[in-house]
Amino acid sequence: MSYDMTQFHQVFFAEAAEHLENMETLLLALDRARPDAEQLNAIFRAAHSIKGAAGTFGFIDMADLTHALESVLDRVRHGELVCDAELIEVSLAARDALGDLLAAHRAGTTIDLAGATAVAKRLSGLMNHTDDGVAFEFMFDAEPARWEETLTALLVELADFGTPSVEVSATEAQPFWRIRMEGCQDPQGITDVIAFVASEVRQLGEEANAAQENNDAADDSFGFFVDFPPPQPEQRTEQKTQQQPDRRSGQKLEPKPGKAVQAANGETTIRVDIDKVDLLVNEVGELLITHSMLLQAATVLDPILHERLHAGLAQLERNSRDLQAAVLAMRMVPIANVFHRFPRVVHDLSNKLGKQVELKLIGEQTELDRGLVERLVDPLTHLVRNSLDHGIETPDDRLAAGKRATGTLTLKAWQHSGMIIIEVGDDGAGLDRERILAKARERGMNVSDTAADAEVWGLIFEAGFSTAEHVTDVSGRGVGMDVVRRNINALHGRIDIESTAGAGTRVSVRLPLTLAIVDGMSVAVGSETYIVPLGHVRESLQAVPSMLHEVGGTRTVLQVRDEYIPVIALAALFGIRDAERDFTRGIMVLLEADGRCVALFVDALLGQHQVVIKSLEANYRKVPGLAAATVMGDGRVAFILDAVALTARADVSMAA
Amino acid sequence: MNTQTHRELLTFLLGDEEYAIDILRVQEIRAWEPATPIAQAPDFIKGVINLRGAIVPVIDLRIRFGLGHVEYTSFTVTVILNVGDRTVGIVVDAVSDVVSVSEERLLPPPAFSGAIDVRHIVALAALDERMLIVVDIENLMLSADMALTDELETEQ
Repeated sequence: MSYDMTQFHQVFFAEAAEHLENMETLLLALDRARPDAEQLNAIFRAAHSIKGAAGTFGFIDMADLTHALESVLDRVRHGELVCDAELIEVSLAARDALGDLLAAHRAGTTIDLAGATAVAKRLSGLMNHTDDGVAFEFMFDAEPARWEETLTALLVELADFGTPSVEVSATEAQPFWRIRMEGCQDPQGITDVIAFVASEVRQLGEEANAAQENNDAADDSFGFFVDFPPPQPEQRTEQKTQQQPDRRSGQKLEPKPGKAVQAANGETTIRVDIDKVDLLVNEVGELLITHSMLLQAATVLDPILHERLHAGLAQLERNSRDLQAAVLAMRMVPIANVFHRFPRVVHDLSNKLGKQVELKLIGEQTELDRGLVERLVDPLTHLVRNSLDHGIETPDDRLAAGKRATGTLTLKAWQHSGMIIIEVGDDGAGLDRERILAKARERGMNVSDTAADAEVWGLIFEAGFSTAEHVTDVSGRGVGMDVVRRNINALHGRIDIESTAGAGTRVSVRLPLTLAIVDGMSVAVGSETYIVPLGHVRESLQAVPSMLHEVGGTRTVLQVRDEYIPVIALAALFGIRDAERDFTRGIMVLLEADGRCVALFVDALLGQHQVVIKSLEANYRKVPGLAAATVMGDGRVAFILDAVALTARADVSMAA
Repeated sequence: MNTQTHRELLTFLLGDEEYAIDILRVQEIRAWEPATPIAQAPDFIKGVINLRGAIVPVIDLRIRFGLGHVEYTSFTVTVILNVGDRTVGIVVDAVSDVVSVSEERLLPPPAFSGAIDVRHIVALAALDERMLIVVDIENLMLSADMALTDELETEQ
């Protein structure tokens, strides 16, 4: 066949990634004491699907490793291996190695087989060896016409146990078959497999009759094997792939080269390149701007004479708003995409730290912008690690404190007035106020003993701040919380801590739902218009002379209640000449980011809009103090201020 | 038949000099419209305009090359260029023509510079009574002179 296989690789990558993810979830959910047969089967099938597809697409390294994993899982499934902690660890390690291989294939980089080889060794170590040969005699249930097929399938299955060889071929008169296994480890297992394969074959036969058209893959591949070549694990790829763990009777056949990829029955989603969605978001933004331009042009027309035009424009606005909402919703994905990796993180870390931790996920279906997903992973991972390392105590300490030995870590997400709130909470020891204060003094910070709790907790966001008594490889190097806050701020979000000694800590992260649009306040500076991200605006006020104080003759600070806030005149910063100079005649916008606050002096507040964020860097470059640009209703470009950079700027100039 | 290769050039005026650029670099020509000024940008960067949703910087070449008085009249146009993977606009006095020049009429550039640095001049072309200065516009726009890209921030 001359088909270009690479076009199917993306499908394989996506599906294999899903299977791996699935496998991990299932492995972690497995109850070691009483493993559920259906769960074990589901894990086995996930491995099997990957093996099949990897073999088909020529990723032999992945197929080999999955084969080793599958063999182990198969024995567990049949009760021949005990499903203990070590087995789960090794299986997880195999899953990781597969993930690495997959990533390397996907990126087209050099494949490092060291990890995979090590894991494969560990896997084969799990299979205990008793080396001898045994022979079996058996009779097929199926009609003679299907014997060849059945035998092939059986040989493939038996390859997991050793080297099978067929000693006697049956005829109509002599329906017994004899198979000899070299290097057999487990006669009972082989008996089971023969029974399993035979029953499966019978089952396969029925399905093949019922859906002959669907059955091409299995038939084709077996067609090559009429003369019984030595079975090769990679070659029995094409049956049973595609099975979803929870739908055993679903579509069974791997898409073959030359056929369009068939969605499984009941599949209601399609994969779309994110660039296409972004293009759509952009075009809809344009549509809204065009609409505002039309609306402005129509304001000069008499509303009575042109009633139909005005009604049409109003209708157009509703339609375009709905369209915008629908398009933005396309970019939304459930936060489960972020949460799903934490069971693994918690499993690994709690083992390492000798702690017992139960992870609770709440609100996994809460939706957020796809672009946020990747950028949330690091900060949240950090928060989870912190909770495990510093928050939750060891079982002994917990019991001594009168708590359950098992700590609880809760990840919770919900939407609230256009924001998504994600909370990482634990029922651990809580933050140690005294230690934070002591550490702050040690670092030469000026803090008072009577500072409010919120203020003290805020200290841990300072760069280089760590109160961990021992630096572990988990956390405690003090390069964490400041980075977390910076990352969250960069997404126009904010982060807050609540903590009660002995009862636990809750860190909540608030983010806008999308990166494509931002809620902004438009302000006038001279003849220019700027957009201030609303999420960073604390309040706006008009200054009276008594609130303004000069510092060092050049800087002005604004006194708001008992706080002194540095004033930045946007006109001076951006070199705008026709702007208001008198601080008492314009408006002060208190801008808050990264734990710092500045007062932006502007001429006037113009209004509040949702604006579409446009990149400045695409055709120009980064401009200090500006985060991005947007297009206003009149078609003009306005800049969106960079709250983080502006507040940081005040800090630098104050220190100088 | 004529087997000579021809080059299609767009010509425009900068002050008194007539320049020509490869027509394939030109996306469109628009009437001058005021741009939104960018803070702390050099004066020849007039700002950015909204080109159907893309934010496009506009450079006034007349200011960049110090060509006498700069006026925005009804003849002033913005030529939108595709250079590299970017879109930029240049303001010029007037677009005069699209001409087809055969390769053999392109003469090697002089050793001295006109308004535009000799490094960016590929050739001179004699066309009737006129002399065209053929500029490698991509090279020019992406050069450090234009301060359009990020790498140059340190040079300021």
